[in-house]
Amino acid sequence: MAAIDLTAPRRRVFAGPVAHALLIGLAVTLSVLVIGLPVVAVFGMALSSGASVYMAAILQPATLYAIWLTVLTALIVVPINIGFGIAAAWAITRFTFPGKKLMTTLIEIPFSISPIVAGTAYLFLYGAQGLFGPWLAASGIQIMFTVFAIFLVSLFVTSPFVARELITVMQSQGVEDEEAGVSLGASGYMLFWKVTLPNIKWALLYGAVLCNARVMGEFGAVSVVSGSIRGETNTLPLQIELLFQDQNTAGAFAAASTLTVIALITLFIKLWAERRRDSHERL
Amino acid sequence: MTKRLSRLLALPLIAGALTLGSPAKAAEPDAILNVSYDIARELFAAINPLFVADWKHKTGQDIEVKQSHAGSSRQARSILEGLQADVVTFNQVTDVQILHDKGKLVAGDWQQRFPNNASPYYSLPAFLVRKGNPKALKDWDDLVRDGVEVIFPNPKTSGNARYTYMAAYSFAQEKFGGDTAKTEAFVKKLFDNVPVFDTGGRGATTTFIERGIGDVLITFESEVHAMRKQHGEDKYEAITPSVSLLAEFPVAVVDGVAEKRGSQKVAKAYLDFLYAPVAQEVLARDFFYRVQDETVSKKYAAPLPAIRLIKVEDAFGGWDKVTQEHFASGGTLDKLFGQR
Repeated sequence: MAAIDLTAPRRRVFAGPVAHALLIGLAVTLSVLVIGLPVVAVFGMALSSGASVYMAAILQPATLYAIWLTVLTALIVVPINIGFGIAAAWAITRFTFPGKKLMTTLIEIPFSISPIVAGTAYLFLYGAQGLFGPWLAASGIQIMFTVFAIFLVSLFVTSPFVARELITVMQSQGVEDEEAGVSLGASGYMLFWKVTLPNIKWALLYGAVLCNARVMGEFGAVSVVSGSIRGETNTLPLQIELLFQDQNTAGAFAAASTLTVIALITLFIKLWAERRRDSHERL
Repeated sequence: MTKRLSRLLALPLIAGALTLGSPAKAAEPDAILNVSYDIARELFAAINPLFVADWKHKTGQDIEVKQSHAGSSRQARSILEGLQADVVTFNQVTDVQILHDKGKLVAGDWQQRFPNNASPYYSLPAFLVRKGNPKALKDWDDLVRDGVEVIFPNPKTSGNARYTYMAAYSFAQEKFGGDTAKTEAFVKKLFDNVPVFDTGGRGATTTFIERGIGDVLITFESEVHAMRKQHGEDKYEAITPSVSLLAEFPVAVVDGVAEKRGSQKVAKAYLDFLYAPVAQEVLARDFFYRVQDETVSKKYAAPLPAIRLIKVEDAFGGWDKVTQEHFASGGTLDKLFGQR
């Protein structure tokens, strides 16, 4: 009852049926205009010239390849960042060591740095005129403007997702479960598989899904290091820009719609993982 | 289909393995990379299969031509940073020159290695006006009249607009007999007539066609005709002024890369092929570029009337000089553009 009393004065201001309808109306209108319509427009434009043109645009080898490269990048980058995220979260929430604060901050850096800066930074390191450029050239190793460059910058840009998600969850869960395990004589390996992992699995999935969404959508950093070679280093977002620049509207929107479909699927997995995570945490 | 798909799937891994391989292996490669400017994708998608067939016919070898497209200054930067381009096909002389100046990747005499200053095709700034040309815009001095709205992109950011700037400047230079003050006043008046400066050529086209702003769009002649073809020949008219500036589309073998990859021969053959009648035909017929081949040139002369073209070398004393005097920070362009 006390809680209701506390909010009572505020409720009086906003509780009128007019204000009520106005606020809901505003929220709905804005959501439709700002979020709903653009998404619908993507599919509308993609299908505007008919289903056969749409299929032809997607089955064009360069676009098909771009889809594949984007999926491949996610298949490589997401598992690595899951490994990194678990290791980082484990180290930060279960141990104290000098430089722990610094490491926590370091993990967050890719979040706050603009992707274009990330891309150019890699160029300054591994490009032909970069720090390691002469040495790489002498050894016959080409990193920039190959698929490896795309993997590298994607790793950088998406490294915080899993780690951040896990750190929050593992901090709130505390170490009691693990301590109980240790006192019962569990090995480190057993501890991880039987105690820690079941506790964090939904948060882990949630982080991985976010990471995946970002890998697939990344444009800025990838565009700097890709070299945009068609059928070789053109990812789906780059291909969309290229088709759009070419005034190939149907092709651009067809490619955009595939990326949107992937994003929507990701979103549903995310919602599901979120729900499982939250119910898990409440237990 | 499944075969093609599986090949598609294997490609990046193979490409990765190849790039990590030792540099000693410089046998004839089975693919070359053409790094090009951003709106040339369709153009080279049309020409490359012709070259592939020609090369197969002449040598019996299979070759693949890969394409990379972006703004040509940015492409030059990527090549300097290690993008493995066997050849470049650009729309700015300065972007090829920088590959020599900053990285020694192309020969110092690259402009002499292929005919016509290494420019297999060329174009010029021309006008696109609305149906019936209601404001009767025929030449450069019509554009500075009061009440005429002119659309071209920002010359600070767009190479396309720099050609427009130079064309207008050299027209005025001739008109006023070299009087610098009058010439600059003319160019300034032209800038005053531009209601909105987009950052690039395609943006300006959108402003003129989709947003319906302006009486005339100035862009490359090739683009003028391509836009007419795409958006309605009954809605727009192409106007060729009395004089304009020669816009070269320079090509070069990137020796620094080709030597390492052993691709010099096929790279040179590819660029030579751009001068061959069959490629010149595609350039003139489908993409409205002016070409060097006389027979082809005559055949498609109808939409591309004769015009006197001024060279950057003659009007401005070369690219180095015009860059320094006009386009560098604090140069003539800044002065005129800033005064608006």
